[in-house]
Amino acid sequence: MIKKFDKKDEESGSGSNPFQNLEKSAVLQEARIFNETPINPRRCLHILTKIIYLLNQGEHFGTTEATEAFFAMTRLFQSNDQTLRRMCYLTIKEMANISEDVIIVTSSLTKDMTGKEDVYRGPAIRALCRITDTTMLQAIERYMKQAIVDKVPSVSSSALVSSLHMVKMSYDVVKRWVNEAQEAASSDNIMVQYHALGLLYHLRKNDRLAVSKMLNKFTKSGLKSPFAYCMLIRIASRLLEDTEGGCVRARVCVCVCLCVSVCESMSVCVCVCVCLCVSVCESMSVCVCVCVCVCECVSPKAALRYAAVRTLNKVAMKHPSAVTACNLDLENLITDSNRSIATLAITTLLKTGSESSVDRLMKQISSFVSEISDEFKVVVVQAISALCQKYPRKHSVMMNFLSNMLRDDGGFEYKRAIVDCIISIIEENPESKETGLAHLCEFIEDCEHTVLATKILHLLGKEGPRTPSPSKYIRFIFNRVVLESEAVRAAAVSALAKFGAQNDDLLPSVLVLMQRCMMDSDDEVRDRATFYMNVLQQKQKALNAAYIFNGLTVSVPGLEKSLHQYTLEPTEKPFDMKTVPLVTAAITEQKTDIAPVATSKLPEKLTPSRQDIYQEQLAAIPEFGAWGRCSAPRIRCS
Amino acid sequence: MLIRDLIANKHTKSFDRRTPASNRFLSLLTPRWLRRNMDALILEPSLYTVKAVLILDNDGERLYAKYYDETYPTVKEQKAFEKNIFNKTHRTDSEIALLEGLTVVYKSNIDLYFYVIGSSHENELMLMSVLNCLFDSLSQMLRKNVEKRALLENMEGLFLAVDEIVDGGVILESDPQQVVHRVALRGDDVPLTEQTVTQVLQSAKEQIKWSLLR
Repeated sequence: MIKKFDKKDEESGSGSNPFQNLEKSAVLQEARIFNETPINPRRCLHILTKIIYLLNQGEHFGTTEATEAFFAMTRLFQSNDQTLRRMCYLTIKEMANISEDVIIVTSSLTKDMTGKEDVYRGPAIRALCRITDTTMLQAIERYMKQAIVDKVPSVSSSALVSSLHMVKMSYDVVKRWVNEAQEAASSDNIMVQYHALGLLYHLRKNDRLAVSKMLNKFTKSGLKSPFAYCMLIRIASRLLEDTEGGCVRARVCVCVCLCVSVCESMSVCVCVCVCLCVSVCESMSVCVCVCVCVCECVSPKAALRYAAVRTLNKVAMKHPSAVTACNLDLENLITDSNRSIATLAITTLLKTGSESSVDRLMKQISSFVSEISDEFKVVVVQAISALCQKYPRKHSVMMNFLSNMLRDDGGFEYKRAIVDCIISIIEENPESKETGLAHLCEFIEDCEHTVLATKILHLLGKEGPRTPSPSKYIRFIFNRVVLESEAVRAAAVSALAKFGAQNDDLLPSVLVLMQRCMMDSDDEVRDRATFYMNVLQQKQKALNAAYIFNGLTVSVPGLEKSLHQYTLEPTEKPFDMKTVPLVTAAITEQKTDIAPVATSKLPEKLTPSRQDIYQEQLAAIPEFGAWGRCSAPRIRCS
Repeated sequence: MLIRDLIANKHTKSFDRRTPASNRFLSLLTPRWLRRNMDALILEPSLYTVKAVLILDNDGERLYAKYYDETYPTVKEQKAFEKNIFNKTHRTDSEIALLEGLTVVYKSNIDLYFYVIGSSHENELMLMSVLNCLFDSLSQMLRKNVEKRALLENMEGLFLAVDEIVDGGVILESDPQQVVHRVALRGDDVPLTEQTVTQVLQSAKEQIKWSLLR
């Protein structure tokens, strides 16, 4: 019996997570043993580990408890145990923001920074720079300068990286260390070179001449580090972008880097992306890059294949003809186990493919579209949309494919992308209208996104009456009126009204349906139904045109302002719509980026037009404000 | 067209006083769509390449997480992100994925999942080098026994190793030998008198196991 307990105890003691069920207060209580002498390094180490683990898990430490723990930890500097000291540095960095008076450890850290133990120097520098402010920085400036040019690479790297972090805080002080950084850049160690180059660029970012001189120097002397080459290529591209093709030196630099980095795969991908964006190197270099990418397409490492396919995708955007040669390799990648690679391969093929290969590609995509993530699905849909515009005769194949995708599960962005694609096909291709509208009707039967449902209903109202048999759409629309939420019901009522206005034979049935809608529970729906009933019953084309077909021609923020103004001033005469400024520019939807982006968290606000801004500014000036709103039309002055 | 653009832009754009006049003029000449596209494709040159380093266990729970920028500022958002990437990556065995607009390179071993996160325009191979460095250094420190229990018993080694590899989002070191050397952890040479009974029995069990395996 006792043996069994022992066994269970043993197993639970060694098998379970030693950090499970850690209580913050208990751990902080344990931290009191830091004050004991002599210091027990092993136990203190274990407790420090627990504290950092808690911080890592996102546990919140109040200022007082953090400060207490911090002060207790400072006593551990008396011990000479290496690991314990290193953990102390780490604790300093973790608690720098949550504890008060962290600068008391400055003297200990400075001592370690300039001491004999090389193992301590690098981490001490990094910890010191996390707690330093501008005034203290000037005091340790001398030590930092020595550290940057130190022979030990870890010390030099730490000093350079810490200087970079401090550029944000005190640029002027760090700028004085440029010469030391320059010296460090000629070091043999690849990481030191990389850090030095990065620091030099950050310090000279605003001075284009200095950047181009630096670029020139490094291109001539050559670099050893692949990381540094990536950085150099990006700097050169930035310089080219700023000078608009004027800087010959930057061009030369990029070409040299291209030749060198063909041997090193890391730089190639950056290089190619950059070259294409800035259109520096012409077709020959593009071919070289593409060849290298193709070689990497068959690499066993997934990351290389991914990088290669992504680069080919970017090439295809500008030079589709260059990528056609790689189509065979890309088709092999479609069946790749990594779905991201497969999707990118397919979208590249869609950009460069011919009309005959479209059917085959569609079949291949449909086989795996259910397995890829939402963002990639959106990318694929956008590629299909571009393809539809290129080959309008293939619209039936695309439409089938898109409707199948619409039936599958997916997020809002994905469904919206598909709906937009179908709508664009309908708008461009009159032959596809019937099938497209039929698919969309089927979709709204079971759609949980109000925005999409209202959009489709609006489209049905616009396009439906013009089709040969509009009556079949009425059933779908009326189902929406009965079954859905208020916003959708209101949109359905508006759509019904449009049907009634355009088709005289459907008018009596529409009026009957409107009668039903007037009893709806929501006031918006009732108002709309009553309004449309009254307009339709007049049976006058002019009225129909004015109130049912054409939407609001004034800008909505302008209307809101005018109404507000009207309510403020008591007048006898009724509100005149003509005083509201018209919408000047048509609102066109921006084409979204091809690369998948994180879904935006802020709702999009309706921005007021320029006229509204001017009006507001004018009204602010008392002399103009007294004259009321500007209602005269714009006249050209001279 | 150019002059009208210039005049119109004066009303809506506020110029940064530090950029020289020539820069301003040239940036107006570049059409906005080109600038926007170029910004999207060229990343601003910077040493800050890593956004986060994560280690999750078999259930997607966080064992270690270090975020180097404000992409996910609160703990709640971080945990949601971790859950999301775990769901999308723990079934497949591929090394790289693009999720939530970020490049994620990952590796799994027995019951641990290692992730390195960077921006979508970041060089994937750089992120892979960070991941490989982390994995290889841990592998050496844990004597090739990279699994959850061993990791939890050596958390201080993990903390120090990550501290040596990435500092504030900047890649500090990419050679695992150097990292192990700098972490300089001593072995478990705890004197017998300080250990508890269970620890002694545990170390005895380990020794017997290793001798049998040999």
